[in-house]
Amino acid sequence: MNKPKALNGYKYPSAKEEMPLGPGSYAGVLIDVNSGWRTFRPAIDLDMCKKCLICWLLCPDGAIDKSGDRLEIDYDYCKGCGICAYECPVKAITMVKEGERQ
Amino acid sequence: MVKISELTDEELLYGHKLCQGCGAGIVARLAMKILGRKTTVTLPASCMSSVTTIYPQMSFFTNSMTSAFPATAAVLSGISAGYKAQGLEGINVLGIAGDGGTADIGLQALSGAVERGDDFLYICYDNEAYMNTGIQRSGLTPYGAWTSTTPVGQQSTGHRQFKKNLFEIMIAHRIPYCATASASYPMDLLNKIDKARSIRGPKFIHVQAPCPTGWGFPPEKTVEVGRLAVQTGLWYLAEYEQGRVSINLKPARFKPASEYLKIQKRFKHLTDDDIRVIEEHRDREWKILTNFVNLTEG
Amino acid sequence: MNAPDRKRAFISGGEAVAIAARLCRPDVVAAYPITPQTVIVEKISDYVAAGEMRAQFLLVESEHSALAAVMGASMSGVRTFTATSSQGLLYMCEMLHYVSGSRFPVVMANANRTVAAPWNIFGDHRDSISQRDSGWIQLYVENCQEALDTLIQAYRIAEDSRVLTPVMVNLDGYVLTHTYENVEIPAQEIVDGYLGPFKPVNAFSFEKPKSLCFTAPPEWQTEFRYQQQEAMGAAQRIIAEADREYGRLTGRCYGGLVDEYNVRDADCVLVAMGSVAGTARIVAERLRDRGHKVGLVKVRSFRPFPKEYFRELGKKMKAVGVIDRDISFGYEGALYSEIRSALYTPGVSVRTINFIAGISGRDIKQEYIESMYEQLRRIAEGENVPEIQYPGLRWQTW
Repeated sequence: MNKPKALNGYKYPSAKEEMPLGPGSYAGVLIDVNSGWRTFRPAIDLDMCKKCLICWLLCPDGAIDKSGDRLEIDYDYCKGCGICAYECPVKAITMVKEGERQ
Repeated sequence: MVKISELTDEELLYGHKLCQGCGAGIVARLAMKILGRKTTVTLPASCMSSVTTIYPQMSFFTNSMTSAFPATAAVLSGISAGYKAQGLEGINVLGIAGDGGTADIGLQALSGAVERGDDFLYICYDNEAYMNTGIQRSGLTPYGAWTSTTPVGQQSTGHRQFKKNLFEIMIAHRIPYCATASASYPMDLLNKIDKARSIRGPKFIHVQAPCPTGWGFPPEKTVEVGRLAVQTGLWYLAEYEQGRVSINLKPARFKPASEYLKIQKRFKHLTDDDIRVIEEHRDREWKILTNFVNLTEG
Repeated sequence: MNAPDRKRAFISGGEAVAIAARLCRPDVVAAYPITPQTVIVEKISDYVAAGEMRAQFLLVESEHSALAAVMGASMSGVRTFTATSSQGLLYMCEMLHYVSGSRFPVVMANANRTVAAPWNIFGDHRDSISQRDSGWIQLYVENCQEALDTLIQAYRIAEDSRVLTPVMVNLDGYVLTHTYENVEIPAQEIVDGYLGPFKPVNAFSFEKPKSLCFTAPPEWQTEFRYQQQEAMGAAQRIIAEADREYGRLTGRCYGGLVDEYNVRDADCVLVAMGSVAGTARIVAERLRDRGHKVGLVKVRSFRPFPKEYFRELGKKMKAVGVIDRDISFGYEGALYSEIRSALYTPGVSVRTINFIAGISGRDIKQEYIESMYEQLRRIAEGENVPEIQYPGLRWQTW
């Protein structure tokens, strides 16, 4: 999967000298994940999927990954909004309640 | 023409805390995707800035900064001038601001920066209220909408002014390029950003970004709501380029406005009279737009 | 002594500031005209048009945008300059806090002018003093020569990596901005050597992109603010160092944070800030000739405030008078409050008077200053006089 990952064990500044100089930091630092936002998670039926990439295009969180042969979902950062399932032209995506089997 | 399959896998806006199904999230993510790494993005106080850069989590993967609310376009002017002074070329100086930070408190700076002809791309994502602070009305809140400062009660029922026409305001500045777009028409949006990036001078794209939280619909319907806005004629997709206005999508017949309005909680109190007023206003706006097309032809 | 590379010119304070800005080679200037700063922006426009100054001059549509644009340019990695006054300074108030909190080394010239209402374009310190908490270093100058020199020093102070705090150089509106003096202009090579090239610290990068001016939650804000305080503390030392180094290169040095005149063996001193210090010095000299043991303290750095200096002064003086060109309504002159609290240590019994004068450009005449010293002599000898006095106010006798 070709998506940014949360840092493993981010260390907050433990001394004055480790503080950033003013409110500026290096870009692209992910500390935590958004998976806890979900009630439903999208499940892609990879046989039905035509790889039209409309779901990939419309995901507000960019949580769908097209870098491999088949589409994958980054469940660390998917918020379960359901746009992908709603917009899929062949209805290949179903929203499944978290904790239930697909 | 932008092709989906050619778009990069790289995510330059990732891990943010925007609401589920946020229309603005679609807009910002796609803008960053097509513009790429050599981009410096300025965000004023807004949904976009307050959920993407709270220390220590930084969701932008290119240079970004959070500016004071009214100052977006002025900061863009400064960044652009600074790069020019250093002889640095080919950097996308991008501003992503909401409707409040563009049409209300940010209008002065935008007007000044466009008039000066500074080099930047300004994308206004229009969720039609001050969403970040709790859904208060803005100058781009449409007629009849419930907002927390135009609530529904005995004396008054919702917002009773019409949206400012930012597209025409930008045309009045004779800006090199401006356009309207929608989060629900992503390829159209990407094509417009791609076209704008190679034009020198100020460029402005006004994008409607449906907001499930503020407009009152389930998050999976974001793209559907935006699509209905265009199909009912309540939002148009148009461009102004080299002094000519063109309409990108003209529905043969508009769907009835109630199809768009009634699926949103913020409009559920509207009467038939209100809907008629809205449709009349829509027809007038389209007439003015068509006149612009005719006036600027040839 | 006139070394071959020294130039003299008969210029106004505004032009002196513009020349200093030109010598410091900012790459981006953004300013909005406001009387009495207009001289500065007009001169800079002339230099840019003539090719004598290679800066992008953004003719912005408001002061708020001026400081925002300058901040944007600073972030992109270049040296910047702006100038304003009174209403404009207050219009950009939000941005003042923004720039200082984000630690950008911006330098601004402020032509001190009173704040409406009632409307008035003449000078007092109400504009800059009302922004003393904005986190900017504030330096006040006495004459056009000092304006030019201090502006150059301001870049050295602001850009020092231990400081990285924006600097406001204050010069009195009209009295300095529009009054002509014989000013010596240092050579470009001297200024280049003194400042060095601009080294961006808080700036964008494409090798390792940055997120600047981010949001800091309550758990971290205090630490960022503490950082700013520490930088201000370091600035006390660096202001003095920058001044001494400048003195070494040009022969002109201004005492660092404060400048003393005949203080060492004085009983009574007046404290002044800005151009009135020049007038007070003449009066103090005349009184000395008559045998009075009086002195003058000129406050050059208002922020960071020279607290240690005044604490020591309180132990040595019998009476201290403070001239305030401002009023903190509901209390007293702001400079007086700060100095009086700094003079205090347990057991010290220095007496103080606040002289509120020069409001909105009203002349502080030499006879007022003589009377001020007279008042100080009286309280030094144990008499009682009103603590807050308004020299020149109509309908009063004192």
